[in-house]
Amino acid sequence: MSTSTLELLPEEGLEPGFAAQVASYPGGEKIRRCIQCGTCSGSCQMSADMDYTPRRILAMVRAGMKKEVLSSQAIWYCAACYYCTARCPMGIKLTEVMFALKSLALKEGYVSLKQHSPAFYKSFYEVVERYGRMHEASLIIGLALKTNPLDFVGLAPFGLNMFRKGKIEILPHGVKNRQEIKALVQQVQRLEVR
Amino acid sequence: MRYAYFPGCSNHASSKDYEQSTQAVARVLGVELAELPDWNCCGTTGVTSVSPLLSAVLSARNLAIAEAQGWEEVVVTCNSCFGMLRRAGDYHRQDPAMREKIDAALAGVGKKWQGQTRVRHLLDILVNDVGLETIAGKVKRPLRLKIAPYYGCLLGRPRNEFEDSEYPESMDQLLSAVGAEVVPYDHKAKCCGGALMTTKEEVALRLCYEIIGEAQDRGAQVIAVTCPMCQLNLDGYQNKINARFGTNFKMPVLYFTQLVGLALGLRERQLAIGKGFVPVKQVINF
Repeated sequence: MSTSTLELLPEEGLEPGFAAQVASYPGGEKIRRCIQCGTCSGSCQMSADMDYTPRRILAMVRAGMKKEVLSSQAIWYCAACYYCTARCPMGIKLTEVMFALKSLALKEGYVSLKQHSPAFYKSFYEVVERYGRMHEASLIIGLALKTNPLDFVGLAPFGLNMFRKGKIEILPHGVKNRQEIKALVQQVQRLEVR
Repeated sequence: MRYAYFPGCSNHASSKDYEQSTQAVARVLGVELAELPDWNCCGTTGVTSVSPLLSAVLSARNLAIAEAQGWEEVVVTCNSCFGMLRRAGDYHRQDPAMREKIDAALAGVGKKWQGQTRVRHLLDILVNDVGLETIAGKVKRPLRLKIAPYYGCLLGRPRNEFEDSEYPESMDQLLSAVGAEVVPYDHKAKCCGGALMTTKEEVALRLCYEIIGEAQDRGAQVIAVTCPMCQLNLDGYQNKINARFGTNFKMPVLYFTQLVGLALGLRERQLAIGKGFVPVKQVINF
């Protein structure tokens, strides 16, 4: 492709502060060191399913393409396997950056909780916030109510099998000191204001 | 040998078989696991995707409880708990801004943590503390099975603590020491998809198909795992994988504790073998 056919990035849509915002998240401090080598994309088992590969996501973060990144599907395909982090020659914690991007997309309303991925993580968070531990039945109910309960009818036989195997608890067995968990969640919410 | 023990949410629910076989094997090997009082979820990918800070704080609470009881090490059986609890320690030791926040949140509930608590996987304990020779010396029934050792993501990643991030081998050594034939296995540290099995099923099914497929191609009779999530994805979804890819996998997926336990002379029931979805009878018939 000759350079004359390359589209220029329209500057008006960019958010120059986005890179700094992401860099302020846990593990985000080294994103400016990226040399665009593509080791992350080559290591990621989900690259082919993503609308932007991990290398591109990082370039887009640095370019300030906030809307495109936080509305992308790519970030929801990260399973947090840490291959990219383990292999990055520049020491960038890309898995942690992906957590930051998911968190930002949820917090700033770039995704709808009608979508399965955001709804799943949010429901997971809510179960842990309430009980201090995971409770799968509450998680699936929370997820179904946020999205479309009909999407989860297909899970019923699997759930029933899990129950028969003694692998599903009907009632949650959370931590005893739930007030302490609630207080920690509140502390974190206060500390996260930025 | 005594350790503080963090069972994690799964071992009290979907992976009770892992819990039961862990306890049974620990007893035989003289390893005492003292469960941490009122522990909470490590946060795993679910909480971290909403709040990267909260999962570090939740993990730190567990380690603060251990520290207050005088423990220097905490043993876990789940790869994700292993990753998340270590992550809290890494942030506390290496990132001053994070340390400040973790400390502030804990202080708000009257807790304090120095950040030095070492997090260890049970596989590490068996191989490096109990030792392969000791375990081999206690074998009553050599396994005589061909096993594909599947480690998953977090034993060696993001960084090597007791295992290599690309080609781990400690479970190979352990299973060999109890009489198994361990097959070479390129997918041993690949990802099963984890929670993507709920949110991006088509992707996770493909990853598990590849993992089981190589095990089958290598002639393995069983896949051994070290993590509840890997076990559920590889075992519980095998029917769906077969339907999707036109395969006929009947590959049992057992916890390494169940396999070691069999070799140590424990009965199937003591090890909760048979709680998986894929039948094990055609392979294991003691």
